[in-house]
Amino acid sequence: MPSPLKCDFCTKSATVHLTQIVNNKVHKVDLCEECAQAKGVTDPNGFSLADLLMKASLNSEPVLASGVRCEQCGFTQADFKKHGRFGCPQCYQTFSGVIEPMLGSMHKGTAHTGKVPLRALNRRSLSERLSKLEGELDEAIKAERYEDAARFRDEILQVKQAFDPKPAGGR
Amino acid sequence: MTIASLIDTPSELTNSAGSSKCAIVLMTRVRLARNLAGRAFPGWAGADQRADVLAICRDAVSAAPQMKRSVVVGVTELNELQKQILVERHLISRELSGSKSGSGVVINKDQTFSVMINEEDHLRIQVLRAGFQLKKAWSAINELDTALEERLDYAFSQQLGYLTACPTNLGTGMRASAMMHLPALVISGQMEKVVRAVNQLGMVVRGLFGEGSDASGSIFQISNQTTLGEPEEEIIKRLQSVLQSIIEHELNARQKLLEADSRKLFDKIGRAYGILQNSHVLNSAEAMNLLSLLRLGIDLQIFPETCRPVIDRLFIEAQPGHIQHAVNHDLEAGERDSTRATRLREEFARFPIPTFTTNGNN
Repeated sequence: MPSPLKCDFCTKSATVHLTQIVNNKVHKVDLCEECAQAKGVTDPNGFSLADLLMKASLNSEPVLASGVRCEQCGFTQADFKKHGRFGCPQCYQTFSGVIEPMLGSMHKGTAHTGKVPLRALNRRSLSERLSKLEGELDEAIKAERYEDAARFRDEILQVKQAFDPKPAGGR
Repeated sequence: MTIASLIDTPSELTNSAGSSKCAIVLMTRVRLARNLAGRAFPGWAGADQRADVLAICRDAVSAAPQMKRSVVVGVTELNELQKQILVERHLISRELSGSKSGSGVVINKDQTFSVMINEEDHLRIQVLRAGFQLKKAWSAINELDTALEERLDYAFSQQLGYLTACPTNLGTGMRASAMMHLPALVISGQMEKVVRAVNQLGMVVRGLFGEGSDASGSIFQISNQTTLGEPEEEIIKRLQSVLQSIIEHELNARQKLLEADSRKLFDKIGRAYGILQNSHVLNSAEAMNLLSLLRLGIDLQIFPETCRPVIDRLFIEAQPGHIQHAVNHDLEAGERDSTRATRLREEFARFPIPTFTTNGNN
């Protein structure tokens, strides 16, 4: 995770990320290692994020606003509160702690059981397989395992054929 | 095909030949919300990102076999009247019609499919069918969606399904709805009760033009509320059974009205006929209510069944945008009302005379 997140207390980059639910409110804090040590965050006993926030004499809103930010699109939790909509598909992962508790009352269930975009998922898994095979091919060549290399090459060809989308308007 | 020629082509809803065969369900609609993976949702995306998504989706949508010879148009290329007409035909939403550049729509020739691009989600795929045809509508839109997926990488999670800008559309991204004509439930004051019961079954009742619109003409839109946690077919099945039971309640209410005092009901219908034939100023809400009574008259065999498509067409053509289009220029509200009255006088001059007989069966 190439995190651009900064420590909420100093300007160093944050390596400790905390989520706590207090009074049904999700609190998130990002800290650098030093600040985490200094605030006693690494001590699992009796640590309270709420206390930490209070001690820092910050009211929780600005911390929340600056705390979690979607890496993909820069959306914040405050933006979600304001708009009721997310910034991008990635936000569902970024804000999973916020959204998941809401889903139960919003929907019939919390897991998708309907249609799956098979072609798109198939495309994705093929491209993952392709890059894996290409890595293996490189290694086989380097190690002069030419029989293996030939096999990987054939497999790559097969995957590429399956992957190649039919010409536009075809069929 | 151009937008002008599309507007002059009869739509699924205004085409008399294909119009609804079902007395109570005027039309069925299913829409799917879809987004492209790795791209900001339209409401959050910058102008460049919106333009990119529009270009990608436009190409993919117009290449789908279902969208052959369709109209592909950006919202900013449409004038106000054209937008209004498309809204009145349920081909675009009010939200899309008010959106800035970088949004567009692709509509097929017979106006059964429309795909809005950069509305609340990157894609809002919609199918429209006259009458009560939920299953057919679902299978048609399912095929179009699969065709689009061949070219587009959708944002999808195994756990949450199709990822949408608003979490209320998560999962299937599907909203299935039926436009129902429920005059007897309205006349007998039972609609509030019905709305409450339907809500408890996880369905939503709205007016003719969706959220916040009124129910003039006793026309209501009933759709599923939730989208996550059950498969599409299950949602359709549940909606179908709710609609069936609303149909039964409406039929019962009609029977009761006739039994209690058929004169009262006949009087309403007869007067509506008289006003439509003779009025000179008619606003759209009143016109809708009068047309609704005549449609009820057809259901009660006061007018012949062959008149039904005329009424269903007028439900759309009496809307403000269509009235202005018919006379080819913008009109003030007052002028519109007199133009509407004139058009309806002409239509109803050739309408059959009512025959009020209580022959026992509704």
